[in-house]
Amino acid sequence: MGRIIVEVMPKPEILDPQGKAVRGALPRQGIDVFTDVRQGKRFELTVEGPVTQEALADAAKAAESVLSNPIIEDVVAIYDAEAIR
Amino acid sequence: MKIGVVTFPGTLDDDDAARAIRLAGADPVSLWHASDDLRAVDAVVLPGGFSYGDYLRCGAIAALAPVMNSVVSAANAGLPVLGICNGFQVLCESHLLPGALIRNSQQRFVCRDQDLVVVNNSTAWTRDFGENETITIPLKNGEGNFQATADAVAELEGEGRVVFRYAGLNPNGSMNDIAGITNARGNVVGLMPHPEHAVEAGFGVRSADGPRAGTDGLRFFTSVLTSTLAA
Amino acid sequence: MEQSYDTIADAAATPDQQMPFAELGLKPEEYERICGLLSRRPTNAELAMYSVMWSEHCSYKSSKKHLKEQFGAKTTDAMREHLLVGMGQNAGVVDIGDGWAVTFKVESHNHPSFVEPYQGAATGVGGIVRDIIAMGARPVAVMDQLRFGAVDHPDTARVVHGVVGGVGGYGNCLGLPNIGGEAEFDPSYQGNPLVNALCIGVMRHEDIHLANAEGVGNLVVLFGARTGGDGIGGASILASETFEEGMPTKRPSVQVGDPFMEKVLIECCLELFHAGVVEAIQDLGAAGISCATSELAANGGTGMHVDLEKVLLRDPTLTAGEILMSESQERMMAIVTPAQLDAFMAITTKWDVETAVIGEVTGDARLVIDHHGQRIVDVDPATVAIDSPVYDRPHARPTWQDDLVENGTGDLESVKSVEELMELIRRIALDPNEAGKGWITDQYDRFVRGNTALSQPDDAGVIRVDESTGRGIALSSDANGWYTKLNPYEGARQALAESYRNVCTVGAKPLAVTDCLNFGNPEDPDAMWQLVEAMKGLADGCQEMGIPVTGGNVSLYNSSGTVKGQPDSSINPTPVVGVLGVMEDVRKAAPSGFQREDSAVVLLGKTYEELDGSAWARIVHDHLGGVPPRVDLDEEMALGRVLLALHGAETGELGRVIESAHDLSSGGLAQALVEMTGNAGIGGAFDLRPLCDRDGIDSFTALFSESQARVLLEVPEGLLEVVYAAAAAEGIEALRIGTTGGELLAISPAETAGWSGSDTILFDVQELSSQSDSVLHGIFD
Repeated sequence: MGRIIVEVMPKPEILDPQGKAVRGALPRQGIDVFTDVRQGKRFELTVEGPVTQEALADAAKAAESVLSNPIIEDVVAIYDAEAIR
Repeated sequence: MKIGVVTFPGTLDDDDAARAIRLAGADPVSLWHASDDLRAVDAVVLPGGFSYGDYLRCGAIAALAPVMNSVVSAANAGLPVLGICNGFQVLCESHLLPGALIRNSQQRFVCRDQDLVVVNNSTAWTRDFGENETITIPLKNGEGNFQATADAVAELEGEGRVVFRYAGLNPNGSMNDIAGITNARGNVVGLMPHPEHAVEAGFGVRSADGPRAGTDGLRFFTSVLTSTLAA
Repeated sequence: MEQSYDTIADAAATPDQQMPFAELGLKPEEYERICGLLSRRPTNAELAMYSVMWSEHCSYKSSKKHLKEQFGAKTTDAMREHLLVGMGQNAGVVDIGDGWAVTFKVESHNHPSFVEPYQGAATGVGGIVRDIIAMGARPVAVMDQLRFGAVDHPDTARVVHGVVGGVGGYGNCLGLPNIGGEAEFDPSYQGNPLVNALCIGVMRHEDIHLANAEGVGNLVVLFGARTGGDGIGGASILASETFEEGMPTKRPSVQVGDPFMEKVLIECCLELFHAGVVEAIQDLGAAGISCATSELAANGGTGMHVDLEKVLLRDPTLTAGEILMSESQERMMAIVTPAQLDAFMAITTKWDVETAVIGEVTGDARLVIDHHGQRIVDVDPATVAIDSPVYDRPHARPTWQDDLVENGTGDLESVKSVEELMELIRRIALDPNEAGKGWITDQYDRFVRGNTALSQPDDAGVIRVDESTGRGIALSSDANGWYTKLNPYEGARQALAESYRNVCTVGAKPLAVTDCLNFGNPEDPDAMWQLVEAMKGLADGCQEMGIPVTGGNVSLYNSSGTVKGQPDSSINPTPVVGVLGVMEDVRKAAPSGFQREDSAVVLLGKTYEELDGSAWARIVHDHLGGVPPRVDLDEEMALGRVLLALHGAETGELGRVIESAHDLSSGGLAQALVEMTGNAGIGGAFDLRPLCDRDGIDSFTALFSESQARVLLEVPEGLLEVVYAAAAAEGIEALRIGTTGGELLAISPAETAGWSGSDTILFDVQELSSQSDSVLHGIFD
């Protein structure tokens, strides 16, 4: 079984209220070195068998058409989960 | 006149939309998400709620439902469509309207009697309002912050396609205080506030006539009675 | 994955095996009793089942004796007149006329809300809503009663944000309007926030469903969310003995709710009921499948056989014991005849609700549970669900009670000028406990379903039930933990009186009661005494008023630590009492803010010098002591009759007698006037002289005393005589104290002849109201 990771982030120009709230909360925990926080989504897509080029292409299609809303989000990464180990 | 009301799993205000339609003098027709049959209705309402639990993005999964294929085709042919709150989100995800709705800037759900200015009273759903009339209808959402590209906003403003603007208070951070918009043809309108909750005296919003006497929402539904497919 | 079983055969063969009953919260006597009931040691699964079902939360073992002696014994047949279903089922059901029935109940989810505020509150709402569905009703409204620690304590904001977010997040997503409730802050609740959730459901008489499994051969059907490891909490007995690398070894003790699933479940269940394919139904809450099966079987007097491997799992690694005890949310259990199963499945399929037949009803009065043929449970279900231990816990008036009661407010400084009175009014009005609660309630949808006639900040939530006639119901809930600490018997009666009064104030006739008794450590005789006294007070009060408790909840162990016997060992005893009333036309429900200019304002009821336990004492002097205001239920009922007579009075063209109405409670007359002017923005001018003369009190007492049985009415000038006549007929005092109008709240004290400085208290209504609304925003934004 293979897994493909898709990462989606809000577009840079879009206001990210959740990221902003997290950025505000970190100093309250005593962590104040981070100047910005943006919050996105990470999807794990499981295939039977290994991760092939076709599977990655299908993942890209899913990413553009369903997993992200291109008006407000960018797909920033699509990769084989095993590839980063 | 028959007006369809779509129900997705998680839709909440479909019964209220149906009541509003009845009070306006039309017949509500229930449309199930899984069927592409629009049952020969003369207009469609996409009501408020949390379709599919707002999973993925608000309205994202509902936009992929079979009924939406038919709604998009019919809308492109001129059928009047009104998207309320979650319905507005579905219209944006379906690309019948530009832009997107994201989380309220103050990070909280807000329920309030909201003043709006009707800046465009020539759409299928706003004909019965006066030019720049101020109305009050309930607003209740957590993801009502309208965002679009600078170009899209310029186009909306330039073409007079902003239909409602928040007055008194911008409750969610929407760009240009935009509360509702329309397509080029004026048959598809989406707005975040809820006209169907201000249609019946005793259960509406606060007004000069009484604590729950405000029924400004009714004219959304009477407007469409005089709008035809060809408009 | 290998699973090792502890079957009933194993249990019979190894009677001397040590079982971890103590770790699971059972006492040695209780363990012995289980062995006696089974004539052998219990299996692991049976032990887990008994340990949860015999816990305080599930079995009410500390309160059961008193529930029976108080509510059981003191509910007369006359009181039961409108009751269609009483205590014992998921919720009580009341007849409201025209063939309509209303079911309602309040429950607590206190401890989980301290651990994980958002999910604790959310699943609390989910749980009470499922109880209402299980009666066969459509849920139509919710209310919540929240109590938090001190506003300035560093941990309070965490709890407040999470709880309010959870109540709103779950309730809004279900499409249920939140029509009222309470929110309070007090150090006594610091480590023990109270999160009570109330739900109201509506149905026709013939739609009532009960949780009694009957009919040998009928099928046991589990539907809704899949079963995962929620709520098991890592009890060692339930952990798998062998596990693979990477498998989850810790089970979460928190339950996570999915309101979308629950909304779908509501619609699905209503369609199932409508199709007539459900013989009996039970929702799954604490103790999951083990609870639902034992209750269904015990209530029906039948038996049940279950095959756990048929349960649809979210987590395939769950052991049999974990499946049995899981508290995964959004699940229901139905009893369905074999002939109706296809129709049942067609409906659940339409709604995408996963469904599994997991067993059948048997005739042998045993609950037998297998997993892949391994028999791990064989018990008499009544011993699990009904015949749990009943404790008679020691209880005695605390040694510190006398000191508390003797320390009244009599010695506290009195007031010498208009400026001082103004300052006190402002200070109380802007205290978080009295200030506007919009920060909370604006996070709740009050409009959905289009039937809300009144909601916060009005005195009761009012919901229309019948669109063709306008018939509907009103519900108000109240509790005063401060009064109750001073006198638990009277405090419980006061909670009942105030809710009853609020229902009458909006124009509804009280019919029935639900209660959530939030008390301390039952192993502390002090807290146990408070509980017993409060139950007596409430039961006696209900009998006097002729309205029954139809169901409710007891939450114990709301205490801060191991030290017993101290005044602050437990929370302030907080008996939340909800009263349900019926109205023929909800459009006539009276709001709580002045509606017109130049109306007369009438005070019904008499004012005594009763400052002990008051908002003034607490806010201005940090003082709690003395004797709480007296409660006269005959007078409350007479006042109620006056209010209902005036609400129903026919005046022809002269219009309604009551334009608006508001009862007097915390903060007394001053706070009531602040609220009546602030709620709709119309001011008024008031003179305290006639009131002070008639009742023999000074202005300070007139403004801040918290005497009970009092209501303010806004009445058209021309209809004043109608009010005086109705009040006189019931022996209730009625006094015109002022006139509405303008932008100011002006109050003329009685003593100004002897005071220097200005002679009128003046507030700008808009300004004060805006400051009041900003208080919680300033603290929690």
